[in-house]
Amino acid sequence: MKVSVITFPGSNCDHDALEVFASRGHDSRLVWHKGRDLQNPDLVVLPGGFSYGDYLRCGALARFSPIVNEVLAFAQKGGLVLGICNGFQILTECGLLPGTLLMNSGLDFICRHQRVRVETSATAFTEGIPAGTVLDIPIAHKDGNYFCDDTVYNELRDANRIVFRYCDAAGITTLEANPNGSRDNIAGICDASGRILGMMPHPERSATDAVVSQDGKRIFDALESHFGLGG
Amino acid sequence: MILARIYVCLKPNVLDPQGKAVTNSLRQLGYASVAETRVSKYIEISFDTSNREQAKLETERICRDLLANPNTEHYSFTLEDKEGGKA
Repeated sequence: MKVSVITFPGSNCDHDALEVFASRGHDSRLVWHKGRDLQNPDLVVLPGGFSYGDYLRCGALARFSPIVNEVLAFAQKGGLVLGICNGFQILTECGLLPGTLLMNSGLDFICRHQRVRVETSATAFTEGIPAGTVLDIPIAHKDGNYFCDDTVYNELRDANRIVFRYCDAAGITTLEANPNGSRDNIAGICDASGRILGMMPHPERSATDAVVSQDGKRIFDALESHFGLGG
Repeated sequence: MILARIYVCLKPNVLDPQGKAVTNSLRQLGYASVAETRVSKYIEISFDTSNREQAKLETERICRDLLANPNTEHYSFTLEDKEGGKA
């Protein structure tokens, strides 16, 4: 699998994402946001961080980086795009995913382990993970409060495009398990094709043996299986 | 020169946790009659032109293209003449 991780000014999870893919043997590279060549990847990753200092709105200015036009063209051709945290915010700002990530309802920056429930295995990123599976994946954000109007929400729900929901250890999506006020505990959504995923949790921070949870590996396993790689 | 004073506000149906926190603080300060606070953005843009119509159209476009997120925010602005500049 060939992976291009985009580095925006202010990205700070780009190396973590790169490291995960490289350590799994994938041909991976960082691509600077001012470039115009994605270098023919199978997967584009928009990493976490604070692109452009989160000025104006999270992700609003990154949308105008030259490489984003290439990402839009790549997505239009059916390419796989994974937006993590700030990457999710950028995906909503550039219109690849609907809705908006607002400030957390509690106003705090939250950095902690979080349980999320996989809602669908019908995406390239959750292939083979049964719906209902509970994963422990860290979150680290101040603007993760997913907001959309009723029309968008109904469409996401009815088309199985809600991919992850915040839940408790038993997999129940309670109000208490919702860290940021996100509509219906939404932690991640995808486009209609299941090839573009935006998620607030950081799977790249739970994908090596050096850290407490390795549940993020499930998502990278799924991607590999999507490309017919691995077990 | 023309100065655009732009206000970008959260739509009424969007929760504003910052506004809520400010309301709570104001009540703690004794302002018991404060019912609600909404926190918005105020942006100034100076245009190097004296053509008001052009400045108006551009400000509209700028708001739509970048300054306001139509999902959650609405915008309004005023234009005024400003000293200085080439115009």
